[in-house]
Amino acid sequence: MKPTLASGPWPRLQRAWDVRAACNFMGGGAGTGLIMASFAGALMGQPWLASACLGLALVGFGLTMVFFEIGRPWRSLNVFLHPQTSWMTREGVVAVPLFGSGAIALAAEWLGWREAAITALALTSLLAVGFLYCQARILRAAKGIPTWRNPALTPYILITGLTEGAGLFAAFHPSAAAAVLALLLLRFVAWRHYRRALGQSGAPEASLDVLDRLARRLLIGGHVLPALLLGAALLLPQWPVLAVLGGLLAAIFGLYAKLVLITRAARTQGFAIPRTPVRGRGSSRQAASRPGWASR
Amino acid sequence: MTRYVMVADLRRCVGCQTCTAACKLANGTPPGVMWRKVVDIEVGEYPDVQRVFVPTGCHHCDEPPCVSVCPSTASEKREDGFVTIDYDICIGCGYCITACPYEARHKVDEPIWAYGDQPMRHEEARFDERKLGVAQKCTFCVDTVDAGLAKGLKPGVDPDATPACVNACIGRAMAFGDLDDPDSNVSRLLRENKHFRMHEDIGTGPGFYYLWDKEELPL
Repeated sequence: MKPTLASGPWPRLQRAWDVRAACNFMGGGAGTGLIMASFAGALMGQPWLASACLGLALVGFGLTMVFFEIGRPWRSLNVFLHPQTSWMTREGVVAVPLFGSGAIALAAEWLGWREAAITALALTSLLAVGFLYCQARILRAAKGIPTWRNPALTPYILITGLTEGAGLFAAFHPSAAAAVLALLLLRFVAWRHYRRALGQSGAPEASLDVLDRLARRLLIGGHVLPALLLGAALLLPQWPVLAVLGGLLAAIFGLYAKLVLITRAARTQGFAIPRTPVRGRGSSRQAASRPGWASR
Repeated sequence: MTRYVMVADLRRCVGCQTCTAACKLANGTPPGVMWRKVVDIEVGEYPDVQRVFVPTGCHHCDEPPCVSVCPSTASEKREDGFVTIDYDICIGCGYCITACPYEARHKVDEPIWAYGDQPMRHEEARFDERKLGVAQKCTFCVDTVDAGLAKGLKPGVDPDATPACVNACIGRAMAFGDLDDPDSNVSRLLRENKHFRMHEDIGTGPGFYYLWDKEELPL
C-alpha cells in the first residue's frame, strides 16, 4: 500500500484492500454458494462431485489471494487469535473444518461411499453457510467504510453468494434453472433494499455514483438477461445451453458487483464537524452536511 | 481510573501543521503517513464561508472498531485509554484500516524516505523495520507518557510526559490529560467550553474532543 497525501475532509477511496481482497469475497461467496447448491442437488439425486470440488477450489482461491495481500503472510496463523470479536478470525476458524469435511465428502464420493459422502457434504454445506455469513459480517464491521457497514449489505452478500453458486451449479446441471431464477429475484430485491438503505442513511456521493452505474449494468447483465435466458430454458428444456448461459451470467455479474463494491465503491467516512468554532464575528454555525456526502 | 484524552480548541488552531511536523520528527513516519494531521474544512458557500482547521489522528476510542475487528489481537486497548498496536503480532491484513472512521491507520510495505534513496538523519534514527507491512498509527506518544509517569511526571503538564504534538502547538490549541481527574487540564477545558467529538453517531466513543465556544457558566 502506497501512502498518499490528503488533508481535505472528503471521503477517499480505500486502498487497504485491493483486488486480492476482493477475490476472497468473490471466491468465498461463489464457492460457498456452489457447495450449498451441490448439497441441494445431491438431495435431489444430482451428481455433485465436480461442482463441490469447484466450490472448495473457489473458496481456497479467495483465501490464497488474501495470503498475497497481507503485509506479513508468514504470520498468517495469527489470524486465529481473536475469535471473541473478529469476524475475520471466525472466517478462518470456519474455513479449516470446511476444507476438512469437504475433502472427506469428495473422497467418500470418489470411493463410492454414498452415505458418508452425503453426510460430510451436509456438514460442509452447513460450514459454507457459516463462512459466507462471516464474510458478510466482515464488511459490516468495517465502520470506516459507509457502504460496507450498512446492515442492508449483509443480506445482499448472503443472497448474491447463493445466487452465484446456484448460477455456477446450473452450468453443471441446467435443471437448476428454476432455483437460479428464484434467487435472481431475491438478489434483485436485496440490491434494491441495500441501495435504498444507503440513500436513507446517506453515503459518500462518489460511492453512490459508482453504485448507480453498477446498478444499471447489474440490472441488465446480472438480472434481466439471465432471467430471460433461464425463463426460456424452462420453456425449452431441449436447449440446456440457455440455462448454462443464464446461470453463468448471473454468477459473473454477481462477482463483478462484489469487485466494484470492494475496490471502487468503498470510500472512507471523511471528516466532518457538527459546528464551527466561535471566533472573529463571534458566531458559530451548524455544518449543514458532511463534505462529499449525499442522500439520494 | 485514568482515561487519557486529547482536546483541540478549534478557536485557537491556525492550521500551521506544526503538530504534524513535530509528530513526524518524533516518530519518523514516512512521506504520506501522518499520524497527526490537520484537516482543512470549509463550511458555507461563497461569499459566506468559514474555514476550520481540525487536528485529527487516532481518536483512541472507548469502543475502538480497529480492536474488535483485529484478527490477531495486535490492536489492543489499555485501561488508561491508549489504543496500541503490537507490531510483532500484526499480520498486516489492513482490516483495521477499513474499520477506522478517522482514517488514522496506515500500512507501508517498504521503506520510503523523504528525499530520494537515502534516509535523513532523524529518519534513520527512528526507522523501525517492525513497522513495515503492518498497521501503524498515532500512539498518543505512549512511550513518552509511560516514561514520564515512571519519573513521577504529569502527562499533559510536564513536557517530558506529553505527546509531541501538544508540546509543539504554537497556539496552545491542543491539550492532553486524564479525563477521569476532575482537576486535570482537559477536564477543566471540557467543563468551561462547549465541545463535540467527531462522528459520534458511529458509536466509537472517541477520546478526542473539539472545543468550539465558551460554556455559559452560572454566575
